[in-house]
Amino acid sequence: MAANTTLARVRLVLWGLVAIAAFIGGALFLGQLQEAARQGASLPGAARFGGDFELTDQNGKVFSSQSLKGKPYAVFFGFTHCPDICPTTLLEMSKHLEALGPKADKLNVLFITVDPSRDTPGQLKMYLSAFDPRIVGLSGSEAQIADVAKKYRIISEKVATSDNDYTMNHTATVFLFDGKGALAATLSWQEDEKTRSAKLERLVDNG
Amino acid sequence: MKTMPNNVFQAICACLVVAAIAALPTPLSPPAMAHGYEHAGLKIKHPWTRVTPPGAKVAGGFVTITNTGKQTDHLVGGNFALSKRMEIHEMSMNDGVMRMKQLDKGLEIQPGQTVELKPGSFHLMFMGLSASPVEGKPVKGTLKFEKAGEIDVEFAVAPLGAKSHSDEEGSATGGGHDHGDHHKHH
Ligand SMILES: [Cu+2]
Repeated sequence: MAANTTLARVRLVLWGLVAIAAFIGGALFLGQLQEAARQGASLPGAARFGGDFELTDQNGKVFSSQSLKGKPYAVFFGFTHCPDICPTTLLEMSKHLEALGPKADKLNVLFITVDPSRDTPGQLKMYLSAFDPRIVGLSGSEAQIADVAKKYRIISEKVATSDNDYTMNHTATVFLFDGKGALAATLSWQEDEKTRSAKLERLVDNG
Repeated sequence: MKTMPNNVFQAICACLVVAAIAALPTPLSPPAMAHGYEHAGLKIKHPWTRVTPPGAKVAGGFVTITNTGKQTDHLVGGNFALSKRMEIHEMSMNDGVMRMKQLDKGLEIQPGQTVELKPGSFHLMFMGLSASPVEGKPVKGTLKFEKAGEIDVEFAVAPLGAKSHSDEEGSATGGGHDHGDHHKHH
């Protein structure tokens, strides 16, 4: 009699746990769907964004966007005369690559200069030596850079400073493309690391 | 569906970790690291910069300045031992575009006001670096004010990508992990 009551109680507790697990699972799933929908809605014309290009990598070799086909990639624009956001983004991307572990092999990461006259392949090579060696630095002629910036809808402009020197304004967003070459998501400098990690994990998992 | 229990488990763990972190008291910056100067009604707190990648020709400098005097002053320039010149810049982010602007008239500091030069905001811009700052090796320099004149300072050197001078690993995330005494968290 007593054993029966105990068993009934254990059952009740177990069913309670199942209910809680189901509730949390449901909430998580819903959250993921909402997040996906929200991102989709905020990326108008995702399919048309980007395009083919040919640039020069930090080793002086021609780099064609054809080599990106079939693998997701992250791309962002910057310049080495940048005191803050460019080194920070490169550092964050290096940490993300490390955190991805073996999965990082399924991802290409590109840093394209908006300042090709100062950022020669040699300058990029030196600068990028402080970061994950898998990050590809790309430069080119002014015309090549202008063309790729237009395809990725990058805003970049020179701003005069003292002594006839200049600094630059530029789009700092990291764009994430899937293996089919469609814009899948973006990373922002203002997001926390967890949010960015989750987006990158999803990108490499979805391929 | 096989992965769901794993997800749930991870979510619960994540919640517990977050709760545990939230319960911890906000750590104050180690007192050993802070340094400061007082001159002609200005309090200058912890000038710092950080290691730059090899080949970098510019670096950002940061400092917190309080005007304890009775008249408005302007930070107009200064120098940094490892660069040709120093400018005062403001960085802003709008719609994903990073913008940088030189403040021609310097940075105004009114009586009683505290101005924070920090990553992503106002900063000193060291232009024409002759060498990369080395972590833990302070760099000599000055800060020049319109009224208070030029003040000798030393810039502490934080690691590459550090987001605040107490950020030892340079790993704080975007939300701003800073000492709570003069910072609002959103
Ligand atoms: Cu600047």
